[in-house]
Amino acid sequence: MAGTSTVTLRIWRGDATGGGFEDHEVEVSSGEVVLDVLHRIQATQAPDLAVRWNCKAGRCGSCSAEVNGMPRLTCMTRMNILDQTEPITVAPMRTFPIIKDLVTNVSFNYEMAKRVPAFQPKPKPPEGYRMAQQDIERVQEFRKCIECFLCQNVCHVIRDHEENKPQFAGPRLFIRYAELEMHPLDTGDRRELLQAQMGLGLCNITKCCSEVCPEEIHITDNGIIPLKERVVDRRYDPIAWLGRKIKMRRSGRAE
Amino acid sequence: MADHEVHEFDVIVIGAGGAGLRAAIEARAQGAKTAIVCKSLLGKAHTVMAEGGVAAALGTVYPEDNWKVHFRDTMRGGKMLNNWRLAQIHAQEAPERVLELEEWGALWDRTEDGRVLQRDFGGHRYARLAHVGDRTGLEMIRILQHKAVSMDIAVFMECTIVRLLKDGDRIAGAFGYWRESGKFVEFKAPAVVLATGGIGKAYKITSNSWEYTGDGHALGLWAGADLIDMEFVQFHPTGMVWPPSVMGILVTEGVRGDGGILRNESGERFMFRCIPEMFKAETADTEEEADRWFTDRKGARRPPDLLPRDEVARAIVAEIKEGRGTPHGGVYLDIASRRDPDYITRRLPGMYHQFKELADVDITKEPMEIGPTCHYVMGGLKVDAETAAATVPGLFAAGEVAGGMHGANRLGGNSLSDLLVFGRRAGLHGAGYARSIGARLEATSDQCEEIARDAVRPFDRSEGENPYGIQKELQDTMQTLVGIIRTEEELLKALDRLGELKERATHAVAEGNRLYNPGWHLALDLKSLLTVSEVTALAALERKESRGAQTRDDYPKMDPEFGKVNVVIRTKDGEPYVDQAPLEPLPQDLRELVEAT
Repeated sequence: MAGTSTVTLRIWRGDATGGGFEDHEVEVSSGEVVLDVLHRIQATQAPDLAVRWNCKAGRCGSCSAEVNGMPRLTCMTRMNILDQTEPITVAPMRTFPIIKDLVTNVSFNYEMAKRVPAFQPKPKPPEGYRMAQQDIERVQEFRKCIECFLCQNVCHVIRDHEENKPQFAGPRLFIRYAELEMHPLDTGDRRELLQAQMGLGLCNITKCCSEVCPEEIHITDNGIIPLKERVVDRRYDPIAWLGRKIKMRRSGRAE
Repeated sequence: MADHEVHEFDVIVIGAGGAGLRAAIEARAQGAKTAIVCKSLLGKAHTVMAEGGVAAALGTVYPEDNWKVHFRDTMRGGKMLNNWRLAQIHAQEAPERVLELEEWGALWDRTEDGRVLQRDFGGHRYARLAHVGDRTGLEMIRILQHKAVSMDIAVFMECTIVRLLKDGDRIAGAFGYWRESGKFVEFKAPAVVLATGGIGKAYKITSNSWEYTGDGHALGLWAGADLIDMEFVQFHPTGMVWPPSVMGILVTEGVRGDGGILRNESGERFMFRCIPEMFKAETADTEEEADRWFTDRKGARRPPDLLPRDEVARAIVAEIKEGRGTPHGGVYLDIASRRDPDYITRRLPGMYHQFKELADVDITKEPMEIGPTCHYVMGGLKVDAETAAATVPGLFAAGEVAGGMHGANRLGGNSLSDLLVFGRRAGLHGAGYARSIGARLEATSDQCEEIARDAVRPFDRSEGENPYGIQKELQDTMQTLVGIIRTEEELLKALDRLGELKERATHAVAEGNRLYNPGWHLALDLKSLLTVSEVTALAALERKESRGAQTRDDYPKMDPEFGKVNVVIRTKDGEPYVDQAPLEPLPQDLRELVEAT
């Protein structure tokens, strides 16, 4: 096999009570990714090294960590893009509480997901739904999300501000809201909720989330900014407000 | 005995892939108090990896498609060994299940007139796969996940079940541990739905993740349920072969459905030499006709590149064996010379990304190097077609862990539809069964104590075997001796080695403590891995013929006598043994459908 070399992986080891970095010298073959090397360490040096992973193909979003300080999927981070003459640090995502080693407690994201009001489709016509491809492409972009939570991890609103978590859904969930808001069949309106309880206003569009997204979803430009516009539109735009009132009165619906 | 956490439900579903989620949604909709227990985080299960699409005769692209044609294709693809009633229900209900996901928010790719677009896949007569680019599984799991979350279903994530509990002959629940803390947890429930997926981690080159250790197959067998068709392990023809670290990662059949072709080292389209008798009438025999098929469905027959997976995988193996493989031991899959870059990146964005990132290959400019990879097990728990009930009262199974639906070989796209159709049925009938039981069943407390004691043994040993080493040897054994092409001699050798590994696994040692400890988890997973490996080898030995995914070098032909039976695995005194059971005869009206050209 072409090219093996020895590198030092500096891995954070520990649990909720504390821990620190430990060096592991390990062999690396060409073509390998960081997760391959973590697995080799597990199999030969540290069988209890905790790493979360599933697909090893960038499709499930389980193996997120901070490699040399950069939030990444370890299964999609090729060793040859890293400087192998220096120790390579691998640390758990900082925004979430540590369980053990590289595994963090990401339940915050699942709790926030429970608070998203479900999809509310228009009634289905007898011949089935018809939708144009161009009308669903934006939502399809958001659906590429693999829930790796790297966007949540880098978002400065919560990264070092645990106190913001209860009132801030975070970029992953904003994308989920955007997906519902822009869904051609959905009839719900989650704008008030977004502003009042999900902390949409706290985002000041620094785009850190978009930069780390392994699926290259334009989280800020295509998701959060349009959501902010819709919220503003609903809350402050008197003409839009009046227009909506008239429309609703005509269709006999109360707000 | 240390205290452990206890939960009571009407129905517990083990596994949170498509089948498990769909089962839980249905059970809850029926009013059952329902829980999902899964080894990973919610939304990470293997369904997420499904790429190409979900098969359903919607007839949006070809109005002449209907359940009868889908049924025919499925039975022929399965070399007529399928349980016909499972295949019939599947073909009839798949369209409804696929469209139902739209009501829950799914956004399938669309036709020009705004309906669900369908894609070509191997073995399907018409373009039949509803899809979302090449990330269909992700869309499905997310939609099912959101639906489940909105329905008050309890979810126990990162929780591994190690045994099912019984009250006499009936299922009474399940016992497992939290992966995070290592603490034990008991679920009392009259109905248990197994939706644990497959066994692919028994092989070295596999498209399957760490979770695929055959848990449900083993849990069912240990609880007294029958397994069928375990000899049929599907090797997907197109897995990545280079670099070594990505060997086995799936390359969707959609590449061929969208125009990609297979070539050997010298550039020859070798599939034209590999068309079996059964498919001659419906397969193009010249390159000109095969190419024309993409634009002229009525006047041309399908390219041989789109034969069922067993045929294509076998052809690739033969090509490599005869020295016509690529430098890295595969063959070429070429779409670059056939479609323009825009088309490729639009239809196959995941594949483009995967090859670019992991192999430095631009699939719009160069061919991919591919080879077969372990992908799916057709075998599983023997189930009743109407109810998805296994052969132990209270036990249900859906998705890959159930057997019979796909016969000797599964068609691409039929797995995603299978898990929707029979996930729903398992949830429906699991809830109905739980209702009919009324009173709670009780597992005797010594069942739990014994399981717990056994589970922590790897910590009691100060020295012993490294579980990772045992797993590696097991994977090497299955890959080389129970792989795509098999012989009696090799299968016997495999059983010998598996016997040794089974013994060594009882000395597997875990270091550290019970907090999120992958070494310990693997030591426990080895039990089910070893069990499913052994029964696969036993079943492969019993079937002395070549059919579908089972290729026996020493019995190279299909044997009509073996076409009348399923190989069944049962246990006696805890040890698996092999048996045969006659297939349900195919009713005349359905036989006519299958024999129609």
